[in-house]
Amino acid sequence: MVYLQRHIRKLVTLVGLGILLSLSLTSQAADLKPVIPTAKGGQCVEKTDVMRKNHMEFILHQRNDTLRRGIRTSKHSLKECIECHNAPANDGKVARISEKDHFCSSCHTFAAVKIDCFECHADKPEAAQYRTSAKGGH
Amino acid sequence: MKQDTDMNRRRFLGQAAAAAGLAVAPGVMLYEVQARPAGEAATSKQRWGMLIDTTKCEVGCNDCVTACKTENGWGASETKSSTEQQAQWIRKVKLTDKQTGHVQSLPLMCQHCETPPCVDVCPTGASMKRADGIVLVDKHICIGCRYCMMACPYKARSFIHESLSGQKAHAPRGLGTVESCTLCVHRVDKDGTPACVESCNAKGHKAMYFGDLNDPNSEISKRLKEFGGQQIRADLGLNTGVRYQGL
Amino acid sequence: MKAIRYREIDGNSLGYFALVGILGLIVAAGGLAALYMEHNGHWVTGMTNQVVWGMPHVFAVFLIVAASGALNVASISSVFNKKAYKPLAPLSAILAVCLLLGGLTVLVLDLGQPDRLVVAMTKYNFKSIFAWNMILYNGFIAIVAVYIWLMMERKMNVYSKYAGFAAFFWRLILTTGTGSIFGFIVARQAYDAAIMAPMFVIMSFAYGLAVFMLVMMASYKWSGRELGEGTIQRMKSLLGVFIGAVLYFLLAYHLTNLYGTENHGVEAFLLVDGGIYTKLFWYGTILIGCLAPLFLIFCRFTKNSNTAIVIACILVILGGLSQMYVIIIGGQAYPMEMFPGKIVESGFFDGGVKSYTPTLAETLLGLGGFALALIMVSLAVKVLRCLPVSMADKDVDPHYKAEAK
Repeated sequence: MVYLQRHIRKLVTLVGLGILLSLSLTSQAADLKPVIPTAKGGQCVEKTDVMRKNHMEFILHQRNDTLRRGIRTSKHSLKECIECHNAPANDGKVARISEKDHFCSSCHTFAAVKIDCFECHADKPEAAQYRTSAKGGH
Repeated sequence: MKQDTDMNRRRFLGQAAAAAGLAVAPGVMLYEVQARPAGEAATSKQRWGMLIDTTKCEVGCNDCVTACKTENGWGASETKSSTEQQAQWIRKVKLTDKQTGHVQSLPLMCQHCETPPCVDVCPTGASMKRADGIVLVDKHICIGCRYCMMACPYKARSFIHESLSGQKAHAPRGLGTVESCTLCVHRVDKDGTPACVESCNAKGHKAMYFGDLNDPNSEISKRLKEFGGQQIRADLGLNTGVRYQGL
Repeated sequence: MKAIRYREIDGNSLGYFALVGILGLIVAAGGLAALYMEHNGHWVTGMTNQVVWGMPHVFAVFLIVAASGALNVASISSVFNKKAYKPLAPLSAILAVCLLLGGLTVLVLDLGQPDRLVVAMTKYNFKSIFAWNMILYNGFIAIVAVYIWLMMERKMNVYSKYAGFAAFFWRLILTTGTGSIFGFIVARQAYDAAIMAPMFVIMSFAYGLAVFMLVMMASYKWSGRELGEGTIQRMKSLLGVFIGAVLYFLLAYHLTNLYGTENHGVEAFLLVDGGIYTKLFWYGTILIGCLAPLFLIFCRFTKNSNTAIVIACILVILGGLSQMYVIIIGGQAYPMEMFPGKIVESGFFDGGVKSYTPTLAETLLGLGGFALALIMVSLAVKVLRCLPVSMADKDVDPHYKAEAK
């Protein structure tokens, strides 16, 4: 399953990169590229290219460790991803997963990979306020 | 031999806890002695449980339920579901004896059975019990078949009938999956106490005790040893982690 | 006995297209209902945290139970070597697979997370009877598919007997598994009974045969082929025996419960004062589902009338659905006995009888599954050579003599 999924992901990534490349050649399409929001200072827990390729494996592994075994290290936890990557902007507010400028949806919308993490998980740090009042969809 | 060593160590830890307890405020001592590092898995050395003294549980008081709602974010999140469809992790039950009219009150939630029927019947293994006895739903692989709800003798589980938003970061919950009392596992993993127990103590009722049933020196074990405790539907032989006094 | 000739039905009459069209519309409505339920969540259904399984499960369990029973005719020919049933064995096996697929579709579409079906297929908890059922259902489809092939491929005919044996034992285990979904539930008073498994097996015999007889009689009548009285009479007598057996098992189930004081509450609920469930049990299951068909089958005025037999089959099916409703919904509506001897009140509907009102969507989903099964059969008899050209008595059973009227 996971093996298959990874290959599908690779394919999707390749196709995505291909599209990205061809789009970047046409200047008017530049605004179609995902605008990846910046994270709260410092380096991510892994290198960017490692993260891009493997983030799903990391959080999949962590989810089983945390839920089933009670291991609550924060390095690869989704909660911690959100803490940094959806940290409040200058106005002190954060985006919803249904909005394009949420860190996760910025790429996932672009790559057309549907995720259902946030049907259950919080899409913002506990204390943060949403920028918009619209009810979050998925 | 090894068991002896373990016993000795446990006794030593217990004494150390008592000593620390003398030195520091109660409650704080538990943090200092028993805290499990974040990177370590829960083990079967512990079995978390709860003891509820129904004689101290006040009829009409709903503090434990309110505390659970606030802590875990259920209660106000479902707007489209009917009252019969809304989730209920913990509820207050009032009992009136048909013969004598004697009235009792108690909170009812997942009883964290040692051999949980919900875990037995779950086709995918989403319904699971941690090594330390806490029964949980792995919503990642829950397909929403609700067989666990059919099998639970305590009606402790709820199905989410609509899309949710604004969940608590430590209590993920969502559409099409089943959920129930987690014994505030996120607090327990940091050596905390479930929100319901905390609120009952705060109110001064002290009707709820939380602790390690495997540790003979824990307050819950000592109380159970001294005063006894019943299980709801003990006839099923599920060896529940939640026990009641004065039932 | 002459060699049996099989041929596809023409399937180009207006009637055939009308049939497929109507069934198609019901399937489409069921599909839309499922989409609607999945898009909104289960709050648009009558199912709640009190009554967690509803109308879709009534239909799904009925179809799954009937599926294994639809295999009766094939089993009787292959396992018990009754020649008279042999010509219709392929249709029986095809109907079995179609009914099972219809039921499973309903079950899957009702899940809270239907898109996680792949999880259900890859992660198994082997202590769960549900997980076993997934293996049993898939295995049934596979075994019966091989069985159908062996029956329809002339060169392989000799081996069909072995596949028939395998399918027969597999279907017994399968229905045992379905009954055990309820039989294994210790929490609820109406379940938790070993008799659930054999009772479901017996019910499958009756419901499956009733569906089969209807499909058979319709296929022959509407395709203008001859269906001998011998075949019909033999099957309807068998149906009568099965109905009697269902009555016997219901009697044993309720009598056992009635003997123990602890079950008096739930029995009073089901048999005396349970409102809709009591009515469905006495009028639906017993009167419409058992006594009326028995009368139609064995009364000297009606027993030779095909119309009466068709009505009897329809009544058995209605009675079956009614009994599924009583078992599945009634069993949940009755409060769980947690505190014996106490009046129980809470903010979560403890103590009282739970209410359940099915919505249109969930009923359509159930009906859609039924229609899906039938549309698959209708297409199968058009593309597969599974229906004998003639079932006239002189062709299949020359020794049959009609009783003196």
